[in-house]
Amino acid sequence: MRRLLPLSALMLICHTSLAATAYVSNEKDNTISVIDLATQTVTDTLEVGMRPRGLLLSHDNKLLYICASDSDRVQVMDLSNHSIIKELASGDDPEQFALHPNNKWLYISNEDDALVTVVDVDSNIVMAQIDVGVEPEGMAVSPDGKWAVNTSETTNMLHWIDTASNELVHNTLVDQRPRHVEFSNDSKRLWASAEIGGTVTIIDVDQREILKTMTFEIKGVHPDKIQPVGIKLTDDGRYAFVALGPANHIAVVDAKTWEILDYLLVGRRVWHMAFTPDQKTLISTNGVSGDVSLVDIDSLKVTKSIKVGRYPWGVVVTP
Amino acid sequence: MRTLIFLISLAFTSASYATTKTTTNLEVAIGYLAYQPAARPLLSNVIPEPTDTGLRGAELALVDNNSTGRFLKQHYSLSTDISASAETLLAAALEQHAAGTRLFVVNAPQSVLRQLATQLPDSLLFNAGSADDELRQAACLSNVLHTLPSDAMLTDALAQFMALRQWQRWLLIVGQAPEDIAYANALRRSAKRFGLKIIAEKTWDFSSDQRRSASAEMPLFTQSKEYDVVVVADKAGDFGEYLPYNTWLPRPVIGTQGLTPVGWHKTIETYGAAQLQKRFEKHADRWMNSVDFAAWIAVRSIASAVTKLGHVDPAAIRQLALSDQLPIDGFKGRKLSFRPWSGQLRQPIALVHPRSLVSTSPQEGYLHPHNEMDSLGFDKAETTCHLSDKAL
Repeated sequence: MRRLLPLSALMLICHTSLAATAYVSNEKDNTISVIDLATQTVTDTLEVGMRPRGLLLSHDNKLLYICASDSDRVQVMDLSNHSIIKELASGDDPEQFALHPNNKWLYISNEDDALVTVVDVDSNIVMAQIDVGVEPEGMAVSPDGKWAVNTSETTNMLHWIDTASNELVHNTLVDQRPRHVEFSNDSKRLWASAEIGGTVTIIDVDQREILKTMTFEIKGVHPDKIQPVGIKLTDDGRYAFVALGPANHIAVVDAKTWEILDYLLVGRRVWHMAFTPDQKTLISTNGVSGDVSLVDIDSLKVTKSIKVGRYPWGVVVTP
Repeated sequence: MRTLIFLISLAFTSASYATTKTTTNLEVAIGYLAYQPAARPLLSNVIPEPTDTGLRGAELALVDNNSTGRFLKQHYSLSTDISASAETLLAAALEQHAAGTRLFVVNAPQSVLRQLATQLPDSLLFNAGSADDELRQAACLSNVLHTLPSDAMLTDALAQFMALRQWQRWLLIVGQAPEDIAYANALRRSAKRFGLKIIAEKTWDFSSDQRRSASAEMPLFTQSKEYDVVVVADKAGDFGEYLPYNTWLPRPVIGTQGLTPVGWHKTIETYGAAQLQKRFEKHADRWMNSVDFAAWIAVRSIASAVTKLGHVDPAAIRQLALSDQLPIDGFKGRKLSFRPWSGQLRQPIALVHPRSLVSTSPQEGYLHPHNEMDSLGFDKAETTCHLSDKAL
């Protein structure tokens, strides 16, 4: 039976272009699920530190960085052999992080300590610790490398850190419980989700001014259950995808007009998302249902769900 | 390594928020008033209750408010008065009022809260200590908001779950304290509301020590015609702790013991609750309970309102809270808000065991035209209290 499944899966989904591998952190299992996207099966489950949440890849896709929140460290995995080669001085309770375009500076939010820690990943030296609001969570570095932005969930702010000085230079008040921030490819726009506020705020980066605050509405779903978390923007500037948490849907937004185009039903409590390298498929982690959903971006259809570990949280994809 | 991080962090943080600190701070003074008489003797007195219940929650929220406040030029302070005498507490409240405080968090039974509300008519009080339904109904105090869930909310949360499980036949056992009788009233209302049947009712008036004789006395006491659950109203934990596993029929115990509806509990961990729990435990060196949470969210609600308004006028804070335009983040997976009619904070209710979260109400499928959380407690149509029509 085990042998048969991948074969039949292959036959069914041959239209998707996938020779990629997805890595999914399972918050309650202390593991990473490895998914072969060609066969759409879990091929391996790797043991990592406690409560793994945020994941990211080095820009050459060789290393996987893992926020092992309850182990109070960031682990570095060599993807060629799946071994942990290094543990970084992350500060306590790392949750999300972002890697500067220089592939060296890692900006980590320390949820319990109201800090952002900046670590040089080569030397493993803490370059700075920056005081931010209560429960820092979302973290993004602009593609041009100028800004690191952190969200604080209880303070309800975006904290703008100038990466040249590693100093906090500006704060933007947004709606309640900001969870995630994502820069547009051209570094001109910043998208921020507010989980309890139920909104996504789009900000002009140069002026640091709010351009738009979006709300979502799904027929048959109570507004309070619409809780935006993860955001992903396609490189071509066409779409924004917003994971709506316990609403169990992903919103598809026109990234230019900010019009909401569709809502896609995925698994329960959808957290975070990642694209395949060809940007033809979007993968979402669904915390409560313990699976990931695959979305075909051309047709905007959910094509498959794959069971992973307990409480999948973060996801990244390598070619 | 730790020292290095600390040193570096010191060097960097000293300059980091200088840019946002330009003018003087907005000062927000909050009073914490707690009535703490000597506890009455209880049969089940093995595990002592914490003596700083409530206060620790208010203190933690103050830390949260100030870490946010430094970016917004707000500074919060907390003056605490805890007394075993109602008179002393009232005097202390007036003293705080004379010093300019108009926002209070009160952890006191309903009688003391009513006196405080009368004495401080131009102030806004947050009730974090009394679940009494009368306060939210007939009393309808115009200057009080309630962050602790009412008895009716708790018992509705329990009854919804019972209806879902189809455990419909209740044997009700009630203690003799006034709060037990009030809780039993709430249970009767909930049973009726969700189509459950109280097949028999008994009042606990035994005087023997159950630690020695529970196994002998409770089975006889719970002898009755067929029931699905034993429902107990014993808020102080006088006898109810001895009911589970000692019932005549092999049935679960629910209510103030056994499966218990609560505003907060250690086992609540999703929706960021784990972070709040960690912060609280670091601060108080114990688990957070429902009254701690109610005091915490009261102080946090003040900060949410002050941030939105830009000032500390109690009438304006009250008006904003009652307008449905003040979303509160309570780590419960829902946007919380105050009911415009009763000033009660809407919130999901956890159904817990000592060491596990069994379920959370409102249960799936209990729909409501406005807000599913309003399926718990007295809804707008069930009340004569209309706070939003009244002035402070």
